[in-house]
Formats: sequence, C-alpha cells, structure tokens
Amino acid sequence: MIEVVDVYYSYPNGFTALKGVSLTIDRGECVAIMGENGAGKTTLIKHFNGLLKPTKGVVLVDGDNTRDLSVAQLSRKVGLVFQNPDHQFFSETVEDEVAFALKNFGFQEDEIKRRVDQVLERMGLKQYRQSSPFNLSGGEKKRLAIASVIVFNPDYLILDEPTIGQDYLQKCEIINIIRSFLREGKAVVIVTHDLEFVVDLKPRVVLMSQGKIILDDYADRALTNLKILDDASLLPPQITELAYRILNSPSLEGILDEHDLMEIVKPLLKRG
Amino acid sequence: MSKVIEVKGLYYRYDGMDEDVLLNINLEIERGEFVLLTGASGCGKTTLCRCFNGLIPHFYGGDLRGEIQVAGFDVKKTPIHKMALKVGFIFQNPDSQLFSLTVERDVAFGLENLGVEREEIKRRVDWALEVVGMKEYRHSAPYELSGGQKQRVAIASVLAMNPEIIVLDEPTAYLDPKTSLKIFQLLDDLNQKLGLTVILVEHRLDLASRYASRLIVMSRGRIVLDGDPATLFHHKLEEYGVSTPRLIRFFRQLEKEGYSFDRLPLSTEEASTLLRRIIS
Repeated sequence: MIEVVDVYYSYPNGFTALKGVSLTIDRGECVAIMGENGAGKTTLIKHFNGLLKPTKGVVLVDGDNTRDLSVAQLSRKVGLVFQNPDHQFFSETVEDEVAFALKNFGFQEDEIKRRVDQVLERMGLKQYRQSSPFNLSGGEKKRLAIASVIVFNPDYLILDEPTIGQDYLQKCEIINIIRSFLREGKAVVIVTHDLEFVVDLKPRVVLMSQGKIILDDYADRALTNLKILDDASLLPPQITELAYRILNSPSLEGILDEHDLMEIVKPLLKRG
Repeated sequence: MSKVIEVKGLYYRYDGMDEDVLLNINLEIERGEFVLLTGASGCGKTTLCRCFNGLIPHFYGGDLRGEIQVAGFDVKKTPIHKMALKVGFIFQNPDSQLFSLTVERDVAFGLENLGVEREEIKRRVDWALEVVGMKEYRHSAPYELSGGQKQRVAIASVLAMNPEIIVLDEPTAYLDPKTSLKIFQLLDDLNQKLGLTVILVEHRLDLASRYASRLIVMSRGRIVLDGDPATLFHHKLEEYGVSTPRLIRFFRQLEKEGYSFDRLPLSTEEASTLLRRIIS
C-alpha cells in the first residue's frame, strides 16, 4: 500500500506544488491522476519512489516511511516511468538500457537475457536492440522507458503520460500491460491527459487542481461530473458530453463509452 | 484555387535502410486546406512531412525519387533555408523549439537571421504575438510559461516568418485537454482568417477532426484513405492502426440498428442534432 498523508511540497524556488494531499493506493488498484498542466500530478508521483521527500507530511510504502529508504531501495518496488523518456536513458544500446535495472538488482545473466528478450518483443522494440536509445522516435522512446521498468516487475507501476506518441495498437498493448499487472495484484498509477484512454480502463480517478486533490472517485462518477471536470481543465468524454446534450437527466453517472450510451438510447429509437 | 503542394510518384528510402518508407505518394493540397494526417507509428507520415520543408533530402540525405513541388519550389533543388520561409514546423514538445531568454527574442530569432530590418521585425513580432494571444507575455522567459503558452509562442515564431504552410507534429501531446482544444481552435482561426494551409499530424482524432477539411490516412508508406473526415470515418480506420473517435463508434452502432448517415458527426453538437432526429 502507498499512503500519502497530508503532504506539502515546495520546490527550492519557493513554488508550492502540493498543498495538503492525502491518498491511499492499495495493491490491485488502478488509479488515474488527472488535472491541468501544473496541478502537481508529476510532483505527487515522484514522492512514491522517494525521488522527492515531502516538505511536510509523510509518504509510506508498505508501511515504510520514504524518508528512511533510498530511491534505489524503493525503486525495486515502485517502478516509475517518466513523462520525458530522455531524462531516463543513459545506456548505449536499447538492450543495455532494459537490462540495467536487472543487473543492478543482481539477477542472473540468463534470467536477464530471457526477460530482456521477452519485454523487447512485447513492446515492439526487438529490431532496435543494438540501437542507441536516443536514435529512437518519440513513441519508441516512450515504449523503451516502459520496457525498462516493467522488466523488473515492480509491485507498483507508475506511468507518467504513457500514451503520448502511441498509435491505436500500441495503446491497446499498454492497456494489456496495465491489465496484466492488475491481474497479478499489483497497483498501477497513471498520470494522463488522455481521457479516452482512461475511459477504456475505467479506473479510480484522482482529479488534481492547483496542488490539491479536488475529487477522488470511480471513473463512472468522476468522469461524468461536468462541473468538477471543468474545474480541473478537463473535457468530458465525447459520449458523456453527447449524453448531456440529448438526455434531460440530472445524472450522467456511468455513461462513458459508446456501449453505455447505446443501452440508454436503444429503447428511445424511433422505428422507421 | 492554387496548389500549394504537388507530389507525384514519390518514393523515399533513408540512408542505410533496405526498404522504401514512402511508396508512390501522389498528393495535391490546395492553398487554405486544413489537412489532418494520421496513421500507425512508422507509417511514413513524419517522413512525408520532412519532405515538405526539404529536410528530406537536404538534411537526412537518402534516396528521394519522384516529383515534389511545395509553394512553387522544386524541393529537391531548393535549399532548406529557402523552404523554411514557406513551410513552418511545430513539434510535440515546444521546449525543443524555444531557447531565448524572452518570448519576444524567440519570435524575432528567425527574422534576425534573415537580416530583416528592425522596424519590420518589430512589426511582425507584434503581429504574431497578437495573433496567438501572447502579447502580454512578450518580456517573459519561455521557461516561466505553461505548456500551452509555450506552444503558442512556438507557433508565433513560425507565423512571424509569414509561411504559406504550417506543419504540426502532435502539437498538443503534452497539453491538457482544454489547452489542446484551444490550440486546435487557434489553428482553425489561422486557417480561416489568414488562409494558412495547415497540416496537422495526429494520432488522436477526437478533438481535431472537426476542424479538418480533409483527412489523410497513411499505412506502410502509402496513402490509403484521403477525403472529407465526415465520410471517411465510414471506413474501418482501426485496420490501419488508427483509433476511431467514440462518437463515430457510437454512430456505427446506430448503423447496425438500421440507420444510415451520409456524414458522420465530428462534434457532439453535430451528433446531438443527428441523434435527436431518430429518438423520441
């Protein structure tokens, strides 16, 4: 479990990015953190693996205070994929980049090879194993960043904007990876602006605005609350907005995708 | 109407690769079109855009065969610095495009390099910042701006050069949905009011397609679909690795119920008008 208790965080320049955030994430949970640029989303997830320590308040990972553990210790449990993968890479080849954490964690040579092969195949990067990470396209870099974290199978997978630059099939693959982590009882936290991606996953949604959590609820309710979405600089899902336009209903709860709306519209269709 | 891009039988292969990444591209774009260009990763859309401003072949080298005319120039024979005046580029991450200490300096940079006169630079910088709604930030440092503001400044620095075409490669990838929508509305404005030809490369079509006059889908180096988005969405774009907006998926389900729509809706406004006609 990750427990964030009344956390404040101020950057050295004095900007306070988190203003009293409390949040608990259990194993097996899928949580999407959404909100406008600068809301504090990335600052918050950097607390999960100890990259940042709270200015005030505490963060506990499986009961341990992140202040008492090094980033290296925490990283084994909490795998964080950065938004901008260039910040993450330092190896000369794609293969070495993916193997790096495994070597650090002391895995056996043949196990490293097996896992690296498997994950490169899965992320569609096999043909680049000898390439430099910096020669990949934006979308490929993003998948390499994900590969180099899922390869060590952390208990908590934290993804910052995983769908940027990804096409339809690659997004489907990212959804598959998230679901397989969840099936194994692991937690997945996603920071994203990609609303339709969130509609596919239907996770618990944490909406942030100006350093605070303004809503923490399941997608069915969170993404159909037009007022609060507006406060968080988000647009409603297309289908929710359409439902709002045509239904004279005070509640849009649960109307997120085309199937949800079809169920409601079907009995209203004129036969002609 | 005059053609601003004319491509005939274009093939391209990067140095050191053994396959063509563009295969027999034939394309005519009229001045003032708003083109949405999409396709799975690796389909060749970015490569094609690099041909529009001469990065291919002049920077990337490789083997470019066929004919390509952009803004009246033969791309193969025209140096990049000349093409850059006609074709402005905007990338995913505005941080890769801004480097000066103030917004104003960033927007003026290209003009200074060209040796444009001071007065003219000032006039064009003022105008470009006004158009993108960033005039009051002219003395700000780019790093103080939000992602959406940075992208506006990047667009202003391209506009200041007075190009005929603006090419944007996923310009809203890092922006929140509301800010993204505002950028698309700005592009729509530039297109409608200035008659600027817009070529927008996007994976996500839900927010952008309502502004496009034309949708082009590429797959494995070829153009596979090309037309009005409202009718093109009748095709199964998923087969080409392109995601279909949920509104369209909903209307496809209605079609399974026996309804038919000549034009599929690109916005919830259009969708609600269509839907009201068939529900009681």
